[in-house]
Amino acid sequence: MGTILVIAETFGGKLRKSTLNAITFARTLSGKTGGDFAIGIIGSGIAAVGGELAGYGAKGVYVIDNPGFASYLAAPYAKAVVALADQVGATQVAATSSTFSRDLLPRVAARMGAGMVSEVVAVVGDGAGVKFQRPMWAGNVLATVEVKSPKAVFSVRGTEFDAAGPSGGASPVQTVAIAPDADANQRYVKFEPVVSSRPDLAEASVVVAGGRGLKDKAGFAILDPLADLLKAAIGGTRAVVDAGIAPNDLQIGQTGKVIAPNLYIGVALSGAIQHLAGMKASKTIVAINKDPEAPIFSISDYGLVADAFKAVPELIEEIRKLKGA
Amino acid sequence: MKILVTAKRVTDPDAKIRVKPDGTGIETAGLEYKLNPFCENAIEAAVSLIEKHTGEVVAVTIGNADVEQNLRAALAMGCDRGIRVDIADDQLDSDLAARILAKVYEAEKPDLFLFGKQAVDGDSNQVTQLVAEYLDLPQACFASSITIENGEAVVLREVDGGLETIAVKLPAVISADLRLNTPRLPTLPNVLKAKRKPLQVLTPAALGVDTALKVATVAYEAPPQRKGGIKVKTVQELVEKLRNEAKAL
Ligand SMILES: Cc1cc2nc3c(=O)[nH]c(=O)nc-3n(C[C@H](O)[C@H](O)[C@H](O)COP(=O)(O)OP(=O)(O)OC[C@H]3O[C@@H](n4cnc5c(N)ncnc54)[C@H](O)[C@@H]3O)c2cc1C
Ligand SMILES: Nc1ncnc2c1ncn2[C@@H]1O[C@H](COP(=O)(O)O)[C@@H](O)[C@H]1O
Repeated sequence: MGTILVIAETFGGKLRKSTLNAITFARTLSGKTGGDFAIGIIGSGIAAVGGELAGYGAKGVYVIDNPGFASYLAAPYAKAVVALADQVGATQVAATSSTFSRDLLPRVAARMGAGMVSEVVAVVGDGAGVKFQRPMWAGNVLATVEVKSPKAVFSVRGTEFDAAGPSGGASPVQTVAIAPDADANQRYVKFEPVVSSRPDLAEASVVVAGGRGLKDKAGFAILDPLADLLKAAIGGTRAVVDAGIAPNDLQIGQTGKVIAPNLYIGVALSGAIQHLAGMKASKTIVAINKDPEAPIFSISDYGLVADAFKAVPELIEEIRKLKGA
Repeated sequence: MKILVTAKRVTDPDAKIRVKPDGTGIETAGLEYKLNPFCENAIEAAVSLIEKHTGEVVAVTIGNADVEQNLRAALAMGCDRGIRVDIADDQLDSDLAARILAKVYEAEKPDLFLFGKQAVDGDSNQVTQLVAEYLDLPQACFASSITIENGEAVVLREVDGGLETIAVKLPAVISADLRLNTPRLPTLPNVLKAKRKPLQVLTPAALGVDTALKVATVAYEAPPQRKGGIKVKTVQELVEKLRNEAKAL
């Protein structure tokens, strides 16, 4: 029933791959309720992204390409999303959870008069009885929620919905003329990117994460050669971000990034519930900690009680031998 | 300058939360309650901004009488007075909380409305943005620095990929992230003083808010538990297991 509008996310004019996870959610939900989905893209100089999304089975791909949308600001973007939803007859809006969608979607919901479900991890039931599961209390509770309003907005947890593959066919790609109003209430000033040659933390298949036990920037840097060797992303706990050892973008956890790599190696971090909330869906978990009682060991597949400053160089050495490098 | 700031009560962020066997909620026996850590960041920001620019800080919370203890904690951090809107936590969704807070804003007309980025019990991260849209105000969420100058707030935002700066004209809605500041601990004299600070109780009806929910939580369950694995004795053993057992190398 109804159309789900998936909002694509772009970064520097390019599609963020995480968009594909929300497409899987839209396929799942529309499959259960007998509706369809459309894809919306907002930005400036992003016309090419429309074509990239034409092969995923959407009833249409709608591109709002306007210099006024060059920089993201919540209020004008929310207006544009709702105008687009109205235009394509969408009663539901969804996007993969990120700082972009977390900032934007609630505004969209208020504007549409829709209830919003944050961080959906599963769709249960079907037809009019469809419900949604979402984590609460740092992932210690799984709640089932029902949307009572006729319209609904969803942020989708990317780790729980696989990236959609192309489904063949070609959705019509259409340019939509929606422009932002002149607005003196908010202005974009600047963006200071964290420049890194490593894979994106949210998308990496191997993640090496460090905690307070690494002490300082120099200590944290022992993870670099390990990450190089494993082509891994680097992440950290709140403790190392608060201490300025790692940038905010690398915080894994309840209030940071949620990841589920194939292999997660946690080094000198205790495994506080807020941290576990962001990584416990990882396929294989390794922990290195000098305290045998550290909570991280209770969810680790392989735990090594050792001093990180000794164990990490050894680990690098062993993996080098293995890889013949 | 007048600042309105939220003081939401949450279960102790470090407590082990257990679901009731019948799935109707969480076990509350023996649970302690605290101010939402992100609200503490927001309150610290509000109080220190007023110390700099002069004016008044009003703390607002939604909940039954038992949340007043935590509202008093906000007053002890330096807020001048408190407002509690009386409705039980389990009768709220994010949308209703936002519509209530929007009405309190309209009654108070502050220059700035400060929130925590997320309530660490429900983990929704919605209310700030909902309030901003309902009030048609600019928003700056996930703030790690706020500077007020020339009638606008210049806000550094923690976003994916780095740090973004935006400027929002006052009145505006801002949510605090963890790096915004280190919340002060209330001193004993301030705790005593807080007991005498004015505290007003309002009701959703008096504010003219329809209490119908848009999203209802129908069941709670414990998520699947991950089993602990083994301890390896050496780095060599670790690498061997990762290679041959987990096939992760
Ligand atoms: C509202 C709120 C939100 C939060 N959100 C998050 C979040 O999103 N993500 C997050 O990670 N945290 C979050 N936290 C913080 C969380 O509660 C913990 O404080 C934090 O995760 C601890 O980081 P840590 O493990 O690096 O440090 P610690 O808990 O101090 O652990 C350090 C560990 O290193 C070990 N160690 C020390 N030296 C060595 C050595 N030489 N070799 C090996 N091991 C060593 C110690 O045994 C210890 O286990 C949040 C907290 C709050 C209140
Ligand atoms: N019951 C409440 N009382 C006061 N403030 C609240 C309440 N619920 C949410 N808030 C505010 O909204 C923010 C975001 O909450 P949430 O959207 O529930 O994660 C919180 O950090 C508080 O600032």
